Amino acid sequence: MSIVVRIEKCTGCETCLSSCPFDAIVMKEGKAFINEYCNYCKTCISVCPEGVIIETEEVSNLKPQMSNLKDYKDVLVFAEQREGKVATVAYELLGIGRRLADELGTKLLAVLLGADESEASELIRWGADKVYLCRDAALQKFNDDSYAEVLTNVIKEQKPSIVLAGATPIGRSFIPRVAARLRTGLTADCTSLEIDKETKNLLQVRPAFGGNIMATILCPDYRPQMATVRPRVMKKGEYNKNRTGEIVNIQIDEITSRTKVVETIKEISGISVNLHEAEIIVAGGRGAGGDKGFKMLEELAQAFGGVVGASRAAVDEGWISYSHQVGQTGKTVNPKIYIACGISGAVQHLVGMQSSDIIIAINKNPEAPIFNVATYGIVGDMFEIVPLLIKKIKEVKGI
Amino acid sequence: MNIIVCIKQVPDTAEIRINPETNTLMREGVPSIINPFDLHALEAGIKIKEQLGGKVLVLTMGPPQAETALREAISIGADEAVLLSDRAFAGSDTWATSYILAQAVRKLGADIIFCGKQAIDGDTAQVGPETAEFLGIPHISYVIKIEEIKDNYIRVQRLMDEGYDIVESGLPVLLTVVKELNQPRMPSLKGKMAAKKAEIKKMGQAEIEADENNIGLKGSPTQVKNIFAPQVKTERKMLAGAPEEQVDALIAELRGIKCL
Repeated sequence: MSIVVRIEKCTGCETCLSSCPFDAIVMKEGKAFINEYCNYCKTCISVCPEGVIIETEEVSNLKPQMSNLKDYKDVLVFAEQREGKVATVAYELLGIGRRLADELGTKLLAVLLGADESEASELIRWGADKVYLCRDAALQKFNDDSYAEVLTNVIKEQKPSIVLAGATPIGRSFIPRVAARLRTGLTADCTSLEIDKETKNLLQVRPAFGGNIMATILCPDYRPQMATVRPRVMKKGEYNKNRTGEIVNIQIDEITSRTKVVETIKEISGISVNLHEAEIIVAGGRGAGGDKGFKMLEELAQAFGGVVGASRAAVDEGWISYSHQVGQTGKTVNPKIYIACGISGAVQHLVGMQSSDIIIAINKNPEAPIFNVATYGIVGDMFEIVPLLIKKIKEVKGI
Repeated sequence: MNIIVCIKQVPDTAEIRINPETNTLMREGVPSIINPFDLHALEAGIKIKEQLGGKVLVLTMGPPQAETALREAISIGADEAVLLSDRAFAGSDTWATSYILAQAVRKLGADIIFCGKQAIDGDTAQVGPETAEFLGIPHISYVIKIEEIKDNYIRVQRLMDEGYDIVESGLPVLLTVVKELNQPRMPSLKGKMAAKKAEIKKMGQAEIEADENNIGLKGSPTQVKNIFAPQVKTERKMLAGAPEEQVDALIAELRGIKCL
């Protein structure tokens, strides 16, 4: 049940040591030794130049398996709503969910809480076969307890094989409770979801270690296989206004929640910022230097008809509010054009924006990693380039 | 008020680089730190203790060297520290880790449990809410402000996508916090002395009465299949020349692909 080094053949080259993401390999008397912090990721097996690191027994053989694994079939999407309107991320989940369901030859189910039938019908037009709708007014506002209770019950009854939810403040907060209750695995922030051709298990790919590496995660012995996906990571499916499906109204006797939302306050900010929906984002980093730099970027964003984003460095400096932050600890965005000004391109930033269609990088340092993901690169001082760019765009657009 | 702050020792992911030849992490020389979000959780715990009295216990699960993180937490202002370390915990995913933490919290007792919103190595944000579920208590994620706290009552602001919610709850409760909640204090001289002398309590599977089927690799529903380096785009056009020429070239490119 473990990964071991065949000591007698280990040359003590130490290649495996630094490859281990979990720091689980140490040198003992000139030989590599794998300790108890091994997470069985098998990276060391692939890097060992001598091929002397081996797996003694398939990890999966040791685990208990759920007895009724085969009863779990469909794909289920939790469709979150805000103020009664389905959030865009739900349509994106239906896009990937539809593909997975078709591949498995099963149905695509959706759960919608605290919204009305017209919104449920939208989910069908976006690809759902069946929508479990609970219109109870108590579910209009998000509460962890009540959402977890209702979703858990639907999953227990319908037995989906896969459950997808948005990695939003709502999904990231209550979905873990559901997974804990169901005694099943949950993989956060998946960037790719595929069905393993052989086993039919869900291959869940996600970034780890600040986006420095990608990991494929499996949940082979328990069901459902649960995953969250950040907004704008998956593409929406096909919208068909004539598509039909079934809406199942679910009734709940009493909805209780130990936490209570007493008030919802929308952020009052000078400019409303919706990075997820924006087609053009002009983002600034440390190179923007301060408020003056961001004023300039705002002007560029206006000229382009876009919004302003920022790297964590700029947010930490207090030049712009957190709601503008793009990256690992901020938002994942996927606009048509992303213009990175004075952003060096730390991997934590790149994971939040590298799937943008076109990336324009403006940076003084020709070695900046941002140029590795750029479609167009300009090595130069943003304080020279950006004003020129504003002028030219205005000329072209005649404004 | 009995306050437990869950912390995690993590590699400073900002310092990690990829070896371009082997496509693996280069961890040599990467410092181990207390997960940055957890420092804000600790600060929140200490503030409440200062306001209402009680004690702050820091709890971590990890290898023996995680003791360093606990001592650092004491130097900042925690009163007690517990290290959950056992060979049987190895390979735990978020489900099993949460079960282990919850078993320990049950033994130790708490009115409020604080966690950082997520750890910077895994970035899952799952362990806080899952731990609350195992404890059978409510939780509030992404706490940005604590408005009021008194006997058996707490009211906080929870960060949402487009603003925030004001949420109230009874106690015990688990809160996961964001950086905007507070400014963590630095270790004090007195704290550093205390950290040197402090006894770090160690607990393993037996002490927390954990079911062997729920911990470690065996108890973890998820498993890592493989790890690989992220793909990087290669096709790119560098626009050369004087600033004016660069900008003209960019405009021409954008017009060429009908983006302007």
